[in-house]
Amino acid sequence: MTRYVLVRVVNGLFVLWAALTASFLVLHLVPGDPVAVMLRGAGGEGTAVDPAAADELRAELGLDQPVYRQYLEFVGDAARGEFGTSFRSGDEVTAVLGGALPATLELAGAALLLTLVVGVAAAVAASLLPTAPLRSAVLSSTVVGNALPSFWTGIILLQVFSFGLGWFPAFGAGDLSQLVLPAITLALPGIGLLTQVLGRGLRAALAEPYVRTARAKGASRARAVFVHALRNAAIPAMTLFGLMIGGIVAGAVVTETVFAREGVGRLTAEAIGTHDFPVIRALVFLAGALYVVVNLAVDLIYPRVDPRIVLRSA
Amino acid sequence: MTETDRGLPVPQTERGLPVPENDRRLPVPQTDRGRFTTGTGPGPGTGTGTGIEPERGTGPGQPLLAVDDLRVDYRTRRGTVAAVRGASLTVAAGETVALVGESGSGKSTVGLAVLGLLPEAAGPVTGSVRLEGRELLGAPDRRLARVRGREIGFVPQDPTASLNPVQRVGTQVAEALRVHGLVANRAEGRRRAEELLGEAGLPEPARTADRFPHELSGGMCQRVLIAVALAAGPRLLIADEPTSALDVTVQRRLLDHLGEVTRRTGTGLLLVTHDLALAAERAERVAVMSQGRVVESGPSERVIGEPRHAYTRELVAAAPSMTAPPAPPAAPDAAPLLVVEGLRRVFDVRTPAGARESVVAVDAVDFTVARGGSLGIVGESGSGKSTTAGLLLRLDRPDAGRIVLDGVDLATASRGELRRLRRHVQPVFQDSYGSLDPTFTVGRAIAEPLRAFGVRGRAARVAELLDLVRLPASVRHRRPAELSGGQRQRVCIARALALTPRLLVLDEPVSALDVSVQARVLDLLAELRRELGLSYVLISHDLAVVRQVCDQVLVMRGGRVLERGPVAEVFARPEHRYTRELLDAIPGAEGRRAEPVRPSP
Repeated sequence: MTRYVLVRVVNGLFVLWAALTASFLVLHLVPGDPVAVMLRGAGGEGTAVDPAAADELRAELGLDQPVYRQYLEFVGDAARGEFGTSFRSGDEVTAVLGGALPATLELAGAALLLTLVVGVAAAVAASLLPTAPLRSAVLSSTVVGNALPSFWTGIILLQVFSFGLGWFPAFGAGDLSQLVLPAITLALPGIGLLTQVLGRGLRAALAEPYVRTARAKGASRARAVFVHALRNAAIPAMTLFGLMIGGIVAGAVVTETVFAREGVGRLTAEAIGTHDFPVIRALVFLAGALYVVVNLAVDLIYPRVDPRIVLRSA
Repeated sequence: MTETDRGLPVPQTERGLPVPENDRRLPVPQTDRGRFTTGTGPGPGTGTGTGIEPERGTGPGQPLLAVDDLRVDYRTRRGTVAAVRGASLTVAAGETVALVGESGSGKSTVGLAVLGLLPEAAGPVTGSVRLEGRELLGAPDRRLARVRGREIGFVPQDPTASLNPVQRVGTQVAEALRVHGLVANRAEGRRRAEELLGEAGLPEPARTADRFPHELSGGMCQRVLIAVALAAGPRLLIADEPTSALDVTVQRRLLDHLGEVTRRTGTGLLLVTHDLALAAERAERVAVMSQGRVVESGPSERVIGEPRHAYTRELVAAAPSMTAPPAPPAAPDAAPLLVVEGLRRVFDVRTPAGARESVVAVDAVDFTVARGGSLGIVGESGSGKSTTAGLLLRLDRPDAGRIVLDGVDLATASRGELRRLRRHVQPVFQDSYGSLDPTFTVGRAIAEPLRAFGVRGRAARVAELLDLVRLPASVRHRRPAELSGGQRQRVCIARALALTPRLLVLDEPVSALDVSVQARVLDLLAELRRELGLSYVLISHDLAVVRQVCDQVLVMRGGRVLERGPVAEVFARPEHRYTRELLDAIPGAEGRRAEPVRPSP
């Protein structure tokens, strides 16, 4: 067990290194000069850039160094948890990230909780329905949530509940009422997916002979679902939910933009737009670390859910 | 075969029985016999409080279970299929009644209808199912839930799949008590579960209760399920093929145990089985089902001894017999075709704890097969017989030993040589469904080996082969799913014969088939051997099958050869205790063998 975790942590570090290296290379291949962007400032594309000022800035940022030098320096800093200063604002990247994180954590936490509760409830409810057509109807209806792009659902929700009915504030962050619409927008696709996977897993599990054994003991249909089928159907749903946690930053990009919320998602969009390399790298590191940690956590939970699963570091 | 997504009861013998896992041969101490008590569970006669009021008084002459003109339809995509079309039977308290029939006869459906646990595809169920006079058919599920387990216990067919893989077995036994409120708390449930596991003949019940199903053998799982079924002290037990997935000796011990318990507690037992001999041996009365109807019923000796219905007569005749003349031997001076010497195969496995372990699956096995000879290899799960088959086919490489076919050692042959030799050694496996590509037509499947070796005139050869295995030529355009189990196995045999091999390795070729189909496929194998001068190595757990097809027999246990010799001799005068045990475990073995052998103590 300890050995397994150790091996997995080393693997995780490798994954992070690979992610950082890939992001470093890609950023250097992308056309566009961050220095030019910074010097133009608010002036936009057409503004002229003073070459001397540009060189000065380049030297200051270390961008005049050979690429391999920049790379080594970057990896060394990343290993110490330092990501430098933002090209755009000049602030410490860790501080920029730290400022954006709470709002996103709040949004992501709310959305994931919503996904879990509604997804599991819908799947279980569907499997308890008396006839097969009803069950398929409920399961199929959740596909809709999955099929609608979140920028669209976000805008529709805003139109109806903020501008139309005035129930929730349209923009901003801070209190709970401002969290409702973005959380729903971010959760909807996941709810559809989770309901599908868990619902089908439950259906397969309920057809297994051990469920018949349970019913033959005198267990009710509900007991068969909750006590016997649910845990057996949980593994694929757990895998999926783990991936959702890992992918939450990507979802936040769209949601935070639509609802004009501050947060990691917005920060990502802006950093990419302005070639703010240090911030982008830190975000890649953050997203990668999230994936690695969540994946490891999910893998460690598997054997607790299904005793037939044995963790092997091979 | 029509299936809905909820799963019609798939004819269990058609798809191949689940291969029983390595049975860790639990030694059943004689002391567990007669140790059974109903404990603190409710005894018989506590039928009140179930919410189903008796329509008539439960008089003494009334049967425990009365099924009357039961009819069950299944809705399928192709319309309604009548699974049961008027079945009637009764079970008295303390009586064992066997419901016998082949796959698709509707026998399992009757058992499930009594429990009210038919799959959802079942349409309206008509007729009557009375438990001590109370009508169960049409009762709401909540009421039936109080009857299930408490008044009717159920022992299912596939023991390993019938236990929840993620729950400890002790918890699963205790659940049978807890859902009926028969234990006050978790601790009492646990204590009772341990008692019940001990009564079911499981060693170290306290430790076994903490095990998960995958940590137990098939036989042990079935004992757990018997403990579950008996936990709440039901008066009727429905056992659906309770032992068909288990080795014969395990099967016998379990049925002995069930018989013991039902006698002691006066429980009625409805034993659903495809095995006529087993029914005759275990049941006082037999009901024979065919195509959804009970065609004949009566006392076991009468039904089996003088069957009145044509179908019963057919069943009795088809049962593999231990008295029929054995297969003819090869010519006495025939040179050996296959010589196997010192065969050994070791597998590295990992224990659940993560430690590495070596398991010797086959050890120092040697034998010869004469040209035109037929060797049967018998043994129970884990005896190494299937591993041996894999080595003969060189699908697996031996760790030591020689497999000499016609002077060439298969064990060390080069790839090219091996490919050439594959023409001469062809396999037929147990699971005909799994060994045919579902997207290939029959004609393409049979032609595949011909194509692989670039043989010309394939269409003509396919027609010839179909004729050889007694299948109509029109079958070549069908796909495996459209064929019956017997037809599919014939296709597999035709494919194996395509390259005119000299040796067929048959691994349990008929154990997935119904008895009447089995008999016809075995006849075919005997004829083919005669006509084509083929040699067989036939792997089987069924000694009657071996007797019918083979002239030589090899008894294996724990990877080693225990006994060998001509079939007639070994079966009549088994030298080894284990061989005797195997022979005695065959249902109906006593009185059928010419020379009865006393079971070893």
